[in-house]
Amino acid sequence: MVTAINSALDIILKENDNAVVLGEDVGVDGGVFRVTDGLQKKYGEGRVIDTPLAESAIIGASIGMALEGMHPIPEIQFAGFMFLGYSQLVNHAARYRARTRSTMSVPMTVRVPVSGGIRALEHHSESPEAVYSNMGGLVVVEPSTPYDAKGLLIKAARMNDPVLFLEPTKLYRLFKQEIPEEDYEIPIGKANVVKDGDSLTIITYGTMVPVVQNAVKAKNADAEIVDLRTINPLDENTFIESVKKTGRALIVHEASASFGAGAEIAARIAEKAIYDLDAPVIRVASPSLPYPLPGYENYYVPNEKRVGEEIDRILSF
Amino acid sequence: MIKNVFSGSVDYVQILDETGNADQSLFPKELDDKTLVQMYKSMSFARAADAKAISLQRQGRLATYGPMVGEEATQVGSAFAMRPQDIFVPNFRQHGVFMARGYPLYKFYLSWKGYEEGGAQKDFKSTAVAVPVGTQMPHGVGVAFAQKYKKTGAVVVAYVGDGGTSEGDFYEAINFAGAMKVPLVSIIENNQWAISMPRSRQSAAETLAQKGIAAGIKCVQVDGNDVIGVYKVVSEAIKDASDMNPSLIECVTYRMGIHTTSDDPTKYRPDSDVEEWKKKDPISRMRAYLSKNGMWDDHLEERMVQDDAKAIDDAVAQADAFKPDPKSMFENVYSFVPDVLKDEEEKAIHSNFWQ
Repeated sequence: MVTAINSALDIILKENDNAVVLGEDVGVDGGVFRVTDGLQKKYGEGRVIDTPLAESAIIGASIGMALEGMHPIPEIQFAGFMFLGYSQLVNHAARYRARTRSTMSVPMTVRVPVSGGIRALEHHSESPEAVYSNMGGLVVVEPSTPYDAKGLLIKAARMNDPVLFLEPTKLYRLFKQEIPEEDYEIPIGKANVVKDGDSLTIITYGTMVPVVQNAVKAKNADAEIVDLRTINPLDENTFIESVKKTGRALIVHEASASFGAGAEIAARIAEKAIYDLDAPVIRVASPSLPYPLPGYENYYVPNEKRVGEEIDRILSF
Repeated sequence: MIKNVFSGSVDYVQILDETGNADQSLFPKELDDKTLVQMYKSMSFARAADAKAISLQRQGRLATYGPMVGEEATQVGSAFAMRPQDIFVPNFRQHGVFMARGYPLYKFYLSWKGYEEGGAQKDFKSTAVAVPVGTQMPHGVGVAFAQKYKKTGAVVVAYVGDGGTSEGDFYEAINFAGAMKVPLVSIIENNQWAISMPRSRQSAAETLAQKGIAAGIKCVQVDGNDVIGVYKVVSEAIKDASDMNPSLIECVTYRMGIHTTSDDPTKYRPDSDVEEWKKKDPISRMRAYLSKNGMWDDHLEERMVQDDAKAIDDAVAQADAFKPDPKSMFENVYSFVPDVLKDEEEKAIHSNFWQ
């Protein structure tokens, strides 16, 4: 996935002279995960910019650039540090278009590594997608494969919106996938049916997509797997239609359960498909507590076993 | 071994004193009589429009409003120093800058009546009003970066209050400006009060300007009630910024009125404090200067007051005539309208709650 994102950034920097990459260690160092490796060498210090260490100013300055017709692509080093830029994202990036009735807008793509499973330090493993989806105005995207990462990032960087592009660190190098070298887009705001099935719908995204795929395979379940790809705005139609067909909805995400994206999805299923259900909606998510230090993360993040057990349970109704 | 590795100092500038006498050695030569009169008129207009806004709020015709009375010289002096291509980054109190740079007055009232359409401003050289204190300063860095990147030659002037200099975003922004060498002039509009918190308790720093020293940028303090002094200092800073030397200016002024229409300053500051500052009023000292030098008289004053009142009444009438369209809430969030919002919009129309 690292290579796929790097390739997308290369395509964007090449086609749009007003696009810049900025953040801590993104230039000479190529980013702590090496996602921006080689880009500064190719495009120069003026376009792949090492900034001082201050997340709020990185996001805030990006907003200023975007207002002036640039397309900044800031990188925030880890999800936990992004809360320092939270005020800029929700108070300004999310609201600018509304408060100026579209006479001004903030086209920018904020890349941030998210989620756990790589035994990282405290504050390096959060899954904050719901936090940024609640107030409206920010597009929140999370890919689950290298192919999706490239196409979604290219699309994001061509939109005239602030997009939060969440990159699951665990998937950066988890598996290899051949992807086209050329330019292609994947639509934002559309979910992807990864696998067709008739007896159960599993709605998931990000790190949990491969976990769900393995659990379904292990259980040989006739499950339809919906990868949201975009958390906000939610593609409700795709999962509602699927749930109407299968009659069962299992929601799997790594973020903690309470007030998570799963709660929103479950509420929409309750509103629009409750009479089609043969079983209660079930959520598989991390416990409702702060992300632990790495020694405990295997007890915290949902795994194939947990997903498998809930597949059995939902099919038992 | 101990050796001194750094020392710094901050200059204070005043050209027009409290009685309207000017220090000719510092007087900017480019300011002709016509411009000086315009500066005075611009300050007077801002004060009249500001007073009208308070009165409209008291009648329930405006939402909460934060007046700028007392801070006219800081705002108008800096606005006159800007060139047409320069861009300013306001917080929520720079009404005088908006007006001096020609923002349509009815939109100013519309905005404070609580309609986003008042802030719709294509091709006007500013960012939007920013309410969370200090958060506009990093935008200034980015807007300035874009001028450097696109080689427009424009400079950015960003405003922050005395309270705002305690915010992290303020420090981050001036540090970024210095490190990235962007054409940014940061102005601290020090009006002595952050709601109920006096300047003396906001920071142990002797001046707020000296905060720029830590960021490695030039800094200066100016009498913020001296429109000519502010003009001069900001003009020079704009020249420096054109050469990619950002700077920080502290304008020492005074909030003569309330923080906002929800505030009651009698709870925390004595009237005698306000009375002291009334003697330093920016408008009366400029009027004294113009009168002494034969550029202004009572007759001109009377005519100006009448003209201003008419322009303000016309603008208020235009703002009052505005008909809000609730659909605009749904259609201006993203560059597209998502299905979930369409659904919510339809429900709202169907339930008829807009009527």
